[in-house]
Amino acid sequence: MSADYVLETRNLVKEFKGFTAVDDVNLKVERGTIHALIGPNGAGKTTVFNLLTKFLTPTTGTILFNGKDITSMKSAAIARKGIVRSFQISAVFPHLSVLENVRIALQREEGNSFHFWKSEKVLDKLNDRAVELLEEVGLKDYANTITVDLPYGRKRALEIATTLALDPEMLLLDEPTQGMGHEDVGVVADLIKKVSANRTILMVEHNLHVVAQLADTITVLQRGAILTEGDYATVSQDPQVREAYMGVEADDEVANAIAAESAATSAAEKESVK
Amino acid sequence: MKINKLYLVLFLLALVAPTVLYPVFLMKVLCFALFACAFNLLLGFVGLLSFGHAAFLGTGGYVTGAMMLHTGMGPELSILAGTVAAGLLGAVYGKLAVKREGIYFAMVTLALAQLAFFFYLQSPFTGGEDGLQGVPRGSLLGMIDLSDNMNMYYFVLAIFIFGFWLIHRTIHSPFGQILKAIRENEPRAVSLGYNVNDYKWVVFIISSALAGLAGSTKTLVFQLASLTDVHWHMSGEVVLMTLLGGMGTIFGPVVGAGVVVTIQNYLSGGELGNYIHIIMGLIFIVCVLAFRSGIVGEFQKMMKKNFG
Repeated sequence: MSADYVLETRNLVKEFKGFTAVDDVNLKVERGTIHALIGPNGAGKTTVFNLLTKFLTPTTGTILFNGKDITSMKSAAIARKGIVRSFQISAVFPHLSVLENVRIALQREEGNSFHFWKSEKVLDKLNDRAVELLEEVGLKDYANTITVDLPYGRKRALEIATTLALDPEMLLLDEPTQGMGHEDVGVVADLIKKVSANRTILMVEHNLHVVAQLADTITVLQRGAILTEGDYATVSQDPQVREAYMGVEADDEVANAIAAESAATSAAEKESVK
Repeated sequence: MKINKLYLVLFLLALVAPTVLYPVFLMKVLCFALFACAFNLLLGFVGLLSFGHAAFLGTGGYVTGAMMLHTGMGPELSILAGTVAAGLLGAVYGKLAVKREGIYFAMVTLALAQLAFFFYLQSPFTGGEDGLQGVPRGSLLGMIDLSDNMNMYYFVLAIFIFGFWLIHRTIHSPFGQILKAIRENEPRAVSLGYNVNDYKWVVFIISSALAGLAGSTKTLVFQLASLTDVHWHMSGEVVLMTLLGGMGTIFGPVVGAGVVVTIQNYLSGGELGNYIHIIMGLIFIVCVLAFRSGIVGEFQKMMKKNFG
């Protein structure tokens, strides 16, 4: 059976002044799957994301989307093609209402985004669709709240609703559960599962519980290069991965998970200090 | 509907104001208020600090002045020409400036504005250090004599209201929504598929054209276009007006312009005239340290706290 790849990179390299952040990465993301990118801090996961969405320009290598070369396209054009990304820090428009956040994404298709002479009331016809999307992520009751007042977990949910508004073929999620408490992690994980229907998702994630629960394929990065690839069972048993990920060889999977949990918790603490 | 009532009251006040206050002073306030509103469209609603807006004010002024002096065109066409010229200059400058962000954007606009300054200093048609003097006001549509201060005042008021309305509309338009999105989180706006530089460019053109409109009108009011209007001091002054009044609020720049022009007028006549820059500087420091949201911004906060 020949696999159907939505997104493919060929020999992707990114160098920053003598330092190679991404080293010859050949990533293949199969259509309709959830693909996780994991690895220790500084492994180049976010850099890969930035390359894929052209927030950074690759030094060498090609990026293919549905078989077409998109290496030279700009960020906004890639988004219009159907690859929409999220960010490590929740990407919302804080001083707009929750409804307006979603509407900004819906507005793009309307083709009136340069119409400075029209009243914004013309956007009201998008409200129903926006409320539907908010309902999908459980934010319907918050439609008129100013986004900055939302709790962190709900901001991430809003971000997902905004992304879904574009109906993207592919979602790139950069640490969607970072900085969350236990209850929120579960909610967001379920949400990701839900929105993965008919879509392909590539995610960077530190929380191995979430990865185990969601990912069909896992790629482990270390120092910018791919260490190994496979499903959770394969990857988690790989001694190389254990060493790279934990720094030391861990006893068993439980130890792995505990470490990941504590990493997530400390990240959450850091976030709340901010 | 509260806000509509407020507009109505302000409009009525503006109508009767020249019977109480000196019309030329009021016209000066209106011109600077429009200038500051145009500037605030960039700073307050997109987060772009232009440090070269004097170039557009001055371009509007010089072009309108030259048209009135050397062609037979009336004030309305001359003002239109000044506005269009400033808009075109804004299109060129904006195209270059929006490629940079933050302080670099400010520096690029400043450098480009200095280019304009030296151009106007050297070109033969601007009169160099003397400026364009004795610009006739002409008559509106060939019927209403604008050399009468009252007529001129209502003409300026109409221009101001048009400019203010256009800014208000731009902010509350589908386009304005994207501008706010860019101000709030630019990378996210990009990741949603918006070419943010194109949006910045368009709003830069709108802002510079309106700054030009303010400059054109000002030239007719004072019958003078001078280097003061293109000097970088002017670019700084508009920052002061906007911050003092309240950046990102719709009325802030109007209030700020009113306060600054009043202080300047009051001081320049008296003994303190020599200290005017020191006094303005102190006001600026107090504003930045003590009430960052500006007069209107602080007032809104207070209202929200006590009555919201």
